[in-house]
Amino acid sequence: MTQPLIRFSHVSKSFDGEAIKAVDDVSLAVAEGEFLAVVGGSGSGKTTLMRLANRLIAPDAGHITIAGEDVAQVDPIELRRRIGYVFQSGGLFPHMSIKDNIGITPKLLGTPPKEIAGRVDELLDLVRLDRTQHRDRFPHELSGGQRQRVGVARALAAKPRIVLMDEPFGALDPLTRDALGDDYRALHHKLGLTTIMITHDMTEAILLADRVAVMRSGKLLAEGTPTQLSESTDPYVGELLGTPRRQAERLQMLLPKDGAAPQGGAT
Amino acid sequence: MSLFTDPRWSDALGHLPDYLGSHVRVSLAALALGLVISLPLAIIARHRPVMRSALLGVASIVQTVPGLALLALFYPLLLALAALSLQYLGVSFSAFGFLPAVLALALYSMLPVLRNTITGLNGVDPALTEAAQGVGMTPRQSLAMVELPLALPVIMAGIRTSAVWVIGTATLSTPIGQTSLGNYIFAGLQTQNWVLVIFGCVAAAILALAVDQLLALIETGIRLRSRIHTTIGALGIAALVIVTLAPSFARSGTRIVVGAKTFTEQYVLAALMSQRLQAASLPATTRQGLGSSVIYDALTSGDIDVYIDYSGTLWANQFHRSEILPREQLLTELKTALAKQGITLFGELGFANAYALVMPRMKAQALGIRTATDLAALSGNMTIAGDYEFFSRPEWAGLKAAYGLSFKTQRTMQPDFMYAAVASGEVDVIAGYTSDGLIAKYDLMVLDDPKHAIPPYDAIMLLAPKRADDERLRSALQPLLGKIDLPLMREANLRAAGNDATSSPESVAWWMWDRMKK
Repeated sequence: MTQPLIRFSHVSKSFDGEAIKAVDDVSLAVAEGEFLAVVGGSGSGKTTLMRLANRLIAPDAGHITIAGEDVAQVDPIELRRRIGYVFQSGGLFPHMSIKDNIGITPKLLGTPPKEIAGRVDELLDLVRLDRTQHRDRFPHELSGGQRQRVGVARALAAKPRIVLMDEPFGALDPLTRDALGDDYRALHHKLGLTTIMITHDMTEAILLADRVAVMRSGKLLAEGTPTQLSESTDPYVGELLGTPRRQAERLQMLLPKDGAAPQGGAT
Repeated sequence: MSLFTDPRWSDALGHLPDYLGSHVRVSLAALALGLVISLPLAIIARHRPVMRSALLGVASIVQTVPGLALLALFYPLLLALAALSLQYLGVSFSAFGFLPAVLALALYSMLPVLRNTITGLNGVDPALTEAAQGVGMTPRQSLAMVELPLALPVIMAGIRTSAVWVIGTATLSTPIGQTSLGNYIFAGLQTQNWVLVIFGCVAAAILALAVDQLLALIETGIRLRSRIHTTIGALGIAALVIVTLAPSFARSGTRIVVGAKTFTEQYVLAALMSQRLQAASLPATTRQGLGSSVIYDALTSGDIDVYIDYSGTLWANQFHRSEILPREQLLTELKTALAKQGITLFGELGFANAYALVMPRMKAQALGIRTATDLAALSGNMTIAGDYEFFSRPEWAGLKAAYGLSFKTQRTMQPDFMYAAVASGEVDVIAGYTSDGLIAKYDLMVLDDPKHAIPPYDAIMLLAPKRADDERLRSALQPLLGKIDLPLMREANLRAAGNDATSSPESVAWWMWDRMKK
């Protein structure tokens, strides 16, 4: 394995003094070009782990390096502008148009407006939104799926190598969620991104990510490819894998092997 | 109807550019100062709970102080500051009018702006401030690009509230020497000229509504990112400022300012002096409705040039003397004392306006009361009314001590209402003014003061230090000295207390001049 792009070494973070150990001695490496999903229930520390990566919060112990550089030594503002971040349910600024939302990080970096405008159109194409129809609209005029596409476009605006995603597709309906997940996975490959995605949904994690990490009560329980995970002896990991397994079996049973779905085919 | 053809409307309209202009200037300056202080304070305090509650606490306390009292407090405060600054820095500034009014009103404007800015900023969705951080904004950028724009509607609501408050409260800056739309209201109240009162109220209300709507336009413009809205709103405010500044540029600084206290007689005499000065081609203007102590300090510092005071008032209030001297001796001593402060006692007008115990003639005769001594025996079952300052003045203490007066109740009243109150029997005795025309109108009787507990109150004309040797001013006002006797002043006051077209102070002043020439 080559030098990992992102490495967490024995990272810990507590809140409220020592009362809540949100992240407890976690070590984890993400290789360049890899798509890692971090799975866990609420309170597992998965969101905290990701916020540590772009210094929205600072660790109590341990180090986080990006391309070999300790993030504690980097200006956090500059760091965040280099890392794309997709927020839960979009996090779009309601008072800014779509083009201003997408172009915000380049604007902060001092990119000339003309260049930003070109980049915005490019990104709208990339996330498969119509340029002329969406550019000048406001977030509240868009559907949830469209908003999240804009959220992805915004994260990619400053051409980051790394994208962090905080339950990006959690609030979407299943069809939209599926389409958006596939589209993002394609972008991840096309642009050679390194992605960490937080999710509570093991099925989504297995379908999208190269590797899956499981967290519970701040601790990293297991990590690896889906195959490696299925060999884990940890009962919680087994429990998490149980759901997609049962769903798969049931679907296998309900859907004829060589037929289309009974309802809602291609439209 | 005569209500609309009443010449007092056009009279009131004539003062509008001056009053409205001053009102807009003082209100907008106070609002701007309040914003410049409150907005940064609110931004600093929003994440600091202790500072936040302290700030809001102080602002709320300021808000509970009545507007008039707050304005009144700033006057002595600035006077002391001005004295200190003159002593240590060699720089003097006027503690009169504009400055105290702006400071007090700015303080008054702070609460809504502070509260709404803090509420608005703290109400921004935390997910959005985190998103701002996540896309790489510095805290300052997050504030300017995300938090302030999102909190804007709430902040603007606060600014609009405070604009309306300030414009309304600015009407109370008249007694500390700041010309405002309050001049209509105070003058109207004193001279029972309801046309003026209504005019002042309506003008202030229209101004407040106009400014509120212009601010609303700016708010809509910023929210909808509509340049047109914002520009129209901003141009409206700018136009208001320019239009109201224009008259003050045209005004020369060499005008003679005639001061007047807060009652009818003073309004009439100020009008009379202005007319004499103008007749001598000296530009003159009046500053009306000034408090007793404010007006004296304003004369000392040269903010006004001339006004009429009363010997006994100065003796007791300004020089804190309690002994009662014969009339002539008191005037001589007063002249020396005034000269020490650089003030010229130019001369007496010819009448005295003393406090006096007054009651209905019929009632006095029925009870066998002629003097204060007679009254003392019956005062235990009686009610007395006086003006706002009487019961805290040394004359009242002197009267009580000299005759052993002790009333069942004492009430404070607007001077012009006292006479009607005593005539109708609502109160038994009032502390009236000897020159008041209403004494004759209601057939009241002035009780004798055999022990001379009340000092003489000759009306005297005072000149500011810088006007001591102004020969043109002296010769213009000289004809008034010794020419106004008690019957003339009483009749003038009675006319001015009327409620018709000929009862404006200016008309009454012309009538007096006609009588004096005969």
